[in-house]
Formats: sequence, structure tokens, C-alpha cells
Amino acid sequence: MLRLILLSAAALSVTASAASAETIRWARAGDSLTLDPHSQNEGPTHALAHQIYDPLLQRDMAGAIIPALATEWATLPGNPNVWRFKLREGVTFHDGAAFDAEDVVFSLNRAKADTSEMQELLASVIDIRAVDAYTVDLETEGANPLMINNLTNTFMMDKGWAEANDVAKPLDHNAGETTYATSNTNGTGAFMLVSRSVDEKTVLQANPNYWGADIYPHQVSEIIYTPIQSSATRVAALLSGEVDIIQDVPVQDLGRVGATDGLKVVTAAQNRVIFFGVDNVDGPTADVRVRQAMNMAINRDAIQQIVMRDQSDPTGVIMPPFVNGWTEALNEFPAYDLDAAKALMAEAGYGDGFDIALNCPNDRYINDEAICQAAVGMMGQIGINVTLDARPKAQHFPFIKEGNSDFWMLGWGVPTFDSHYIFNYLLHTNIGSRGSWNPTGFSNAEVDEMIVSLESETDLAVRDATIAKIWDIVQAEQVHLPIHNQVLNWGMKDGINFDVQPEDQPHFQFLTFN
Amino acid sequence: MLLIILRRLGQSIFVLFLVAFISFMIFRYVGNPVDNLLGQEATTERREALIESLGLNDPLHVQYFDFVVRALQFDFGVSYRTGMPVAEMIVQRLPATIELALVSAVFAILLGVVAGVYTAINRRGFIANAILSSSLIGVSLPTFLIGVLLIWIFAVELKWLPSFGRGTAVDLGFWSTGFLTISGLKSLILPGIMLGLYQMTLIMRLTRAEMLEVLRQDYIKFAKARGLPDRTVYFGHALKNTLVPVITIAGLQLGSIVAFAIITETVFQWPGVGLMFINAVYFVDIPVMSAYLLLVGTLFVLINLIVDLLYLLIDPRLRDGQLRRAGS
Repeated sequence: MLRLILLSAAALSVTASAASAETIRWARAGDSLTLDPHSQNEGPTHALAHQIYDPLLQRDMAGAIIPALATEWATLPGNPNVWRFKLREGVTFHDGAAFDAEDVVFSLNRAKADTSEMQELLASVIDIRAVDAYTVDLETEGANPLMINNLTNTFMMDKGWAEANDVAKPLDHNAGETTYATSNTNGTGAFMLVSRSVDEKTVLQANPNYWGADIYPHQVSEIIYTPIQSSATRVAALLSGEVDIIQDVPVQDLGRVGATDGLKVVTAAQNRVIFFGVDNVDGPTADVRVRQAMNMAINRDAIQQIVMRDQSDPTGVIMPPFVNGWTEALNEFPAYDLDAAKALMAEAGYGDGFDIALNCPNDRYINDEAICQAAVGMMGQIGINVTLDARPKAQHFPFIKEGNSDFWMLGWGVPTFDSHYIFNYLLHTNIGSRGSWNPTGFSNAEVDEMIVSLESETDLAVRDATIAKIWDIVQAEQVHLPIHNQVLNWGMKDGINFDVQPEDQPHFQFLTFN
Repeated sequence: MLLIILRRLGQSIFVLFLVAFISFMIFRYVGNPVDNLLGQEATTERREALIESLGLNDPLHVQYFDFVVRALQFDFGVSYRTGMPVAEMIVQRLPATIELALVSAVFAILLGVVAGVYTAINRRGFIANAILSSSLIGVSLPTFLIGVLLIWIFAVELKWLPSFGRGTAVDLGFWSTGFLTISGLKSLILPGIMLGLYQMTLIMRLTRAEMLEVLRQDYIKFAKARGLPDRTVYFGHALKNTLVPVITIAGLQLGSIVAFAIITETVFQWPGVGLMFINAVYFVDIPVMSAYLLLVGTLFVLINLIVDLLYLLIDPRLRDGQLRRAGS
């Protein structure tokens, strides 16, 4: 009897693998938080939403902007305040409804709603109008030359479906409500939702009417997405052949995965920079010479080789290389020079050093706590006595945002791929809607003014000059202590051809099989 | 008798309120959920407005009182993390945890008792000593490491068993079970062993000690003198008398198996309430955390209540006034 069961199990597994030759079993550390495309502005949530829903335009696997549901876009001649989008014709939602301008107007308004987490990216939009069935105008308050960079994760929903299911607005956390769109979808994307169990398994199936079927390879017939939180288990699942592709390969297992027959590791620079913030106003770090000394005392090469096992790109600026405004010169960092650092410390009157606490997350960035531990030793060499306080992100971020820390670690991704996004949140004075991640106290009226001017400057040459000028001031002031840009590693079967996307978002319509 | 039961029930409810209160005090130190709820672009005003409207600025006793009032109506709110009703999430995930706990309890009791009896009878045997010393390793290694080792051997090297998940579960409407499919059964083996290993060694050592104690008793000597076969002496007479304390301990351990499932479920990505809880802690998902702690509290209180009542049933001396000692 037992033999019979085993035999039939073997037979079943054989037929299953033959029938699903183009199934991709995909694992990463975290699950998507919600299927509602406007309810969370978070990496894994967008990554899943991209399979099911489409934005007007999106970033491809190399990070370049390509058309999605819009085929053309430009500001109106003579009126830089209005962006005109030509929509793709003949697109249908998964339930068969046609996609047109009405859906775009609805979706953008939904993304702007007060319960939406995408609202800040659309803050400059004052009106969204349908010109005809396949043309939409988006009017901004003043010119916004970078409007389209903010739309790459803003997904389009069907107006009729959303209204019929009473999800015209994203979920309201305050009301303690739950909505249909949290666990049901109707997109235009390459894959349709088959089933979903949170933190366990989400099954998607290829959309037979996908508009991009002739544009992209679109070879994957089914996606089985399983979050696996424990990194050892995630690697084990890849090694044992239970999954085909994993994101977030821990650096200590890269060698093992790469050396395994039939598996490979694909690596690419990530759009995320890791750095230390310091109090620019109070205490010893208010002196720019102390900040420069600390910057010189960070042995970035040692962090790269030992802590990160070569999986990082050391940098001297808090800007990933994808970002508009990045230059080779800015990226250069000072040589690791203890004598020069000590001399600067003495000049600033801190020749005997000082005590400071370093606040660090321990569950957010790659080897975050280990980097901080290394920094404790490095600062010790120039007399700075650092006590490390490593905590989960849920405690770390509120702590630093409320200005309680003098010395902290932070990472920053730049979804718009433009320097303005860094300036606006990390360097503008913390006031109103700007500077919300700037607890350094750095506040420079001239810089603030230039940051605001970037938002409406349509002459790109002038704009780039302003960006360069801001970076010069910021670098001279040594507002932050940059460490490195993270590197992404995806582990996958040899039979798969798939690039690593700099925002850590796999778009499976691009995947091909050997 | 009825009065005693009512009094015990009253005490249990008081304990539950206390559990809820202590958990609310702990939540203050877990962190703040707003930075997880809001995108990184959110303005400072919007952040403060959300903190205010979620009631996170309210004093502790106000938050606690709100929770108790809603909990009494079985309203546990909506998860911050998933946007789903907490009660629904628990109902969906409880079967996975209960099935896992059941498998590991059966594994622990069966293997523990058999190994305990064996090592007691063959006290100086080579195998018995090997079992005893290897059980020491089982107790001293962290369960997390044991889980990873099991995955490494049976999933990666031998490829016999799955390294994560629950396999294919069959939905019976009110209950989703992994017992009805081969992949479901295979998935239960490794996490079941990891979760049950510690309890197994505990039960084994307890059985062995009790058995050795019993074997020294006069009636065993008499039984042997009467020429009864070893089998009858060991299993008919000795084991029966050994089992009473073993069953008591095993019953009490059932609660801790469910509570310890948090680590096992994280290692094996087991979709149960333990994994739900650990994710809630990372996210500071207060509605889920408070409901889970109340659930576990209820479980422990219920088990203790049943044990107390069983004592009453077994031992008539306890019925008149000595209850407090038995329950302590």
C-alpha cells in the first residue's frame, strides 16, 4: 500500500513538472502587505502589484523609463504646467472591461486620496482631465519637469470595478476597516491573481489578453510567490530546487549558491545608499571638522571587504549612481587617514575625543548592525567613544525621526532617480511637507530655496547646474557620513535569463527560459 | 463543587485581563507602527495626524480600556499590516498551528515514552547510553539551529522533505488540513520534529526516572518472583504506574508547544499564528499582537483550569478547602 502511494506520488510529481514547465517559483524575505495598489508605498508590495497592475509608464529591468499604459507623454507646447499622456488602445482589464481615459482619471484621483500612500508623489498635481477616450491631461501647480518620474509605481485600476466593489478610496487605517481591494484585484498586467494566502503563497497565472504579449517575451505561464523570512531556509529552498528564484540572498551564502550546479547568482548595483547621519547643530558633531574627521576615520574598503564580503560599492556621497546629479567626483571618498583625522579632531578642540551613542537598525539593511559595530571600532581609533544601540526598525525610525539621536544609520532609495528626492527629504529644513527625514538640524536658506526651485525649473541645464551647486555646499558641510551603495543579489536556476532590477523589482514579463 | 468551578472561572478571567494589561505596557516599547504604515514621503503633519487618530498618544489606561471594551464584543479590530480583520486572520491560521502542535505532541509522547522505558530497562546498555547522551545534545542546542540542521540534511542534501511551507492543504470549509495530502504530510515531519524534540527529551527523562523509581518497588520484585514474564512486569505493572505524572506534565507542555511554535514557524515559514505574531511584532501591528497574546493567555488558563478540575475529580481530599494549594 505504501509503495503504491509513493509510486502514485512520484507519477504525480512527474506530470506536475511536465505540465508546468514555465512556472516560476519565486521567493523573497517579505510578503506584499496588501493587493490594493495605492494603499502602501513599499518595495515588496509594489513588486507584486507590478505583475498584476500597470502604471502609465514604468522602469524596465535596467531602470530606464519605458511606456506601459501610456504610449507617449510630453508637456503641452507653450504650457509646461500640463503633461499630456496618450493612452494605449485596445487594453482590457482582467475581467474584460476596456481601459480608457476615465480609468486613468479615476486611478490618479484615487492615488491622490487622503487615505492613499502614493499621495505625496502626486502632491503637485492640481487637475486630471480626460481630453478624449485615449488622452489625459495632468495639470501641475507650476511646471513639474519630473512629474513622470513620480508615476512609475502609480497603478491603474478599473473605475467600474472599483465603484461596484466600493473601493473608490484606499483602505482607511483609522476607521479600522477592511476593503475588497485588499485581497482582490482587477488589473491590466501580465499576470492575473489565482489565489492568495498572506505570508504563505500567492499564485498568479499569465494573462492571455496581455497588451504586452508581443512587446515582451512573456514566457512565464504561472508565478508561485512564497515569502520565506528565514534567510537560511530561503537559501535551502533554492538549493533543494523547491524554488526557482530568490531575492535577498544573504552575503555569506553567495559563494555556496554560485558554486552549486544548476544555480547562479546575478548581481547588480541597487538604488539604495547607506550612510550615517549626525547632529549638525548640537554637541561635538556640530563642528564641521569633527564631521570631516569622522568621515576620514571610516575605513570603507574594510567594511566592503570584511562586513559586506565585497557586496557593496563604497561612496563619498549619499546618492546612488543611477540618480541624476551623480558624478564620479562626488562619489570619491577621502582616503582612510587616521593622522589627518586626529589632527582635525585636535584642531576642533576634541583631541581627547568624546562620547556618543550610535543608533542603528538591526532588521532593515544588509548587515546593518555589523556595519555599525565596525564603525564603533573605527571611531574609537580617533578617540570617539561610541556606544552602539541597535534596535528593530519599528523602534529605530521613530526614534531618529523625532530627533532623539546624535549619530544614526539610515538608508535611502531614490524612486524618482533624481537628486531632488534626496534634497527634499534629507537636506531641506525639516518644516511643512519637506525635510521629514532630516533630523540633522542642517538648515541653509539658500539651499532650501534652490531645492524648491528644482521643482519648477524646466530648463534642464540650469536645473542640473543648481543640483551640482547644492551638492557642493552639502559635501563641503559634510552633513552626512556616506558609507556605500548596496548591491542586489538574486539567486536563480541556470535555465532562467533575468536581469537584476536596481529597485529590486522583478518584472516577470521580461524573463526568458533557455 | 459548582461554586469552586465558578470561582476558578472568575480567577481565570481576572488573569486574562491582567495578561492584556501587561501586553499593553510592553507594546509601548515595541516601537511605533506609523513609519511602517506611511510611505517614506509622508509629511510630518500627516505622520502626527495618524499617530493621533490611531490613539497612540492616548494614555495607557485609555488604550487598554478601549481594547477591553471591544474584545468583550469579540471585536479585535483590523490588522495594520494586512488590512484584514484580526479575528478572520486567527481563524484562518489556527488550524496550521494546531495540526503542527498535535503532530509534535504525538511525536514527543510516543517516542519519549518508548525511549524512556527502553533506557530504564537497559540501564547499562550501549544504545541506551547513546540515546541519553544524544538527547543531551538535543536539549542544549538551540531549537533554531536544530531546525536549520534538519533542513540542511533532509531538504538540501537528501531532498526527501520540503524545507518550508505547509504543502497542499485541503480546505474543509471551517478548517484547512494538511493531513489529507502527501505534500501536506511530508511538510509536517521536519517542523514537527523541531517543535517536539525538546518535549520529547523531557518526557523521555521523566519516564526513565519514574520507571527506575517504580522498578525498585516491592510489588515489582514480587511480580518477578512470581515468575511473570518481563514483558508483563514492565508494561503491565511498571509502565502503568509511571504514566500518571508523565501525562500530567505532557498535558501542561501542550500549551508551551503552541507558544514555542513561534520559532519553528519562522524557520519553516509555517503559515500559523506564531508566524503571524512575529510579523506583527516586526510591524508593531498592535491589534494582532494583543489578540494573539489574549489567545495564548486563554489557552494556558484553560489548560490550567482543566488540570485543576481533574485534580478535584481524582483527589477528593482537595474538594474541601485545600484547592488553593493545588492550583498554585
